[in-house]
Amino acid sequence: MSLLEVTDLQKYFPTYEQKLLRREGDPIKAVDGVSFTLDTGETLGLVGESGCGKSTAGRTVLRLLNPTGGKITFEGEDVTSIKGEHLRQLRREVQMVFQDPYGSLNPRHPVGAIIAAPFEIQGIKPEGGVKKAVQNLMERVGLNPEHYNRYPHEFSGGQRQRIGVARAIALKPKLIVCDEPVSALDVSIQAQVINLLEDIQAEQNLAYVFIAHDLSVVRHISDRVMVMYLGKMMEIADRDSLYERPMHPYTQALLSAVPVPEPRRERERILLTGDLPSPQNPPSGCVFRTRCPIATERCAVEVPMPTELEPGHVVACHFPKVRDVL
Amino acid sequence: MSNAFLKVRDLRVHFPTDDGLVKAVDGLTFDLVKGKTLGIVGESGSGKSVTSLAIMGLHRGSRARVSGEILLDGQDLVTVSDEELRSLRGRKMAMIFQDPLSAMHPYYTIGTQLTEAIQVHEKVTKAAARNTAIDMLGRVGIPNPQRRIDQYPHEFSGGMRQRAMIAMALINNPELLIADEPTTALDVTVQAQILDLMRGLQDEFGSAIIMITHDLGVVAEIADDVLVMYGGKCVEQSGLDDAFHRPDHPYTWGLLTSMPRLDRVKSERLIPVAGNPPSLINLPPGCAFHPRCTFQEFAYQDCAAVVPELAESYPGHLSRCHIAAAKRGEIFTEQIAPRL
Repeated sequence: MSLLEVTDLQKYFPTYEQKLLRREGDPIKAVDGVSFTLDTGETLGLVGESGCGKSTAGRTVLRLLNPTGGKITFEGEDVTSIKGEHLRQLRREVQMVFQDPYGSLNPRHPVGAIIAAPFEIQGIKPEGGVKKAVQNLMERVGLNPEHYNRYPHEFSGGQRQRIGVARAIALKPKLIVCDEPVSALDVSIQAQVINLLEDIQAEQNLAYVFIAHDLSVVRHISDRVMVMYLGKMMEIADRDSLYERPMHPYTQALLSAVPVPEPRRERERILLTGDLPSPQNPPSGCVFRTRCPIATERCAVEVPMPTELEPGHVVACHFPKVRDVL
Repeated sequence: MSNAFLKVRDLRVHFPTDDGLVKAVDGLTFDLVKGKTLGIVGESGSGKSVTSLAIMGLHRGSRARVSGEILLDGQDLVTVSDEELRSLRGRKMAMIFQDPLSAMHPYYTIGTQLTEAIQVHEKVTKAAARNTAIDMLGRVGIPNPQRRIDQYPHEFSGGMRQRAMIAMALINNPELLIADEPTTALDVTVQAQILDLMRGLQDEFGSAIIMITHDLGVVAEIADDVLVMYGGKCVEQSGLDDAFHRPDHPYTWGLLTSMPRLDRVKSERLIPVAGNPPSLINLPPGCAFHPRCTFQEFAYQDCAAVVPELAESYPGHLSRCHIAAAKRGEIFTEQIAPRL
């Protein structure tokens, strides 16, 4: 049994059209039929361009947003629509690290109170007292425990992200959704936080859903990677098969666009033309077809179903073909 | 390199603040010839953006103290009159900013902003300026420019807006183009389009480009020369190939080893640069990088006391380090290269 099973997850946001009588317009299909599983101790990378629904998917899995459809199973239990006390119990097991280390910490609370909040909310009295537990956590994430009474603005970006990690691991969760946890950090600091996340995972056998747009970081940290486009899953595979043997033209375009730090390296570049279509009015058939270099008429009428073409390598494309783009 | 189009000599930009003097740029020297691209790399607070603003003369009217020489085609931009500077800006040199939404005026259409840029420098009719603007929008890859020109910035997507800003910067064929993190806010697919565009336009117009970025991948893609900044100073300067194949400064090594790679799986752990970037008010004494440097034991001088000079470690490669050049070469081959 997997730790987390997500089946055909949907999250639509309603829109309102200004008319004589206010009425609902077409919903924005932020996440539209995403399925994956995640095992204990495993990291799933979630990549795609901005607006592809990766953050919404992460938040819906944690039930920070209520799914429109589909099913979320955590440790064998259906948590798709649990409420109240039951949902609060789930929060002990699943936590989140946010992108913005400035926006996700209350500037008026000292760090000690921020990290202690999960204990307080869940009514948990850790052994040796809350203060001791918080200081242990601070030490664990590489902060000076004496800075317990300092405020977020007294810390640098990298340190603030450590505070966010400390808060997330306070209750020893089994799953953490990390939404762009290192993209606001300088390169030299990024690696510190990535190493911290990896160490904590190894110690506590945590599972991560790691959302990022930096494909190099995702390759480093993930066991498996899922590529999303316009709310849909395009391809999911083991890390190395996804990077070395991508089969979906979107994955190939995405990978080929990343500049590698090696001058004069001859690489084939697949340039995508045009802009991302609106998720309110996605193209018919395959949502990627309007920018796809190999789209045919069939792509406009028939939605490609996710198909397992190699063990563990699932692709949603009518014309999948391995192509080396690195 | 006396024929360089842009010569920067000992540039210093200091800001007096209540907490002390911030030496945002402290003694920067470089040359740039036409048709070439200089990549300036550094972390936040390393002084890379302040440098570009100084070249554009955008510190005037602020409290910044700018000294040194910035020679653009022989003319010193530090001492030139405001009037003269205004005629150079936009015509001879132009800048692309990171965030096009805040760099463009939200109340005016793209067309108004583009034609204004033309008419400030050239006596042409409004209709002629508009035609030039439409043509330029088309050249930067904006579909349907006749219609798009009358739209407002908020009606453009991020990538389109960045193209419009590039069009605005290029409209008078500037000989020097400064791009300050032009692709940082964009998705990789759009970034690839923009970099392609910049390369194409450079081939066409032969402009000199300064590309400011923190992304070494972007540098490898577009630069001819690389300058690495740390704590307001240049710590390493070289040609593109040397910068990646024979980097010569412990900070550059740190940047390279801490970056995960797209094209291969590195050793299981990344090797970050320890500590945090320095505060510019309170720069560490001696070499600004020494508190984070793990190779100090090899230095022939006290890194915490003496500021190292920028010196040639091998032909065409300058770096600022107290470790002997030969020793650094050895450390790189034995310890750094295998980890890249």
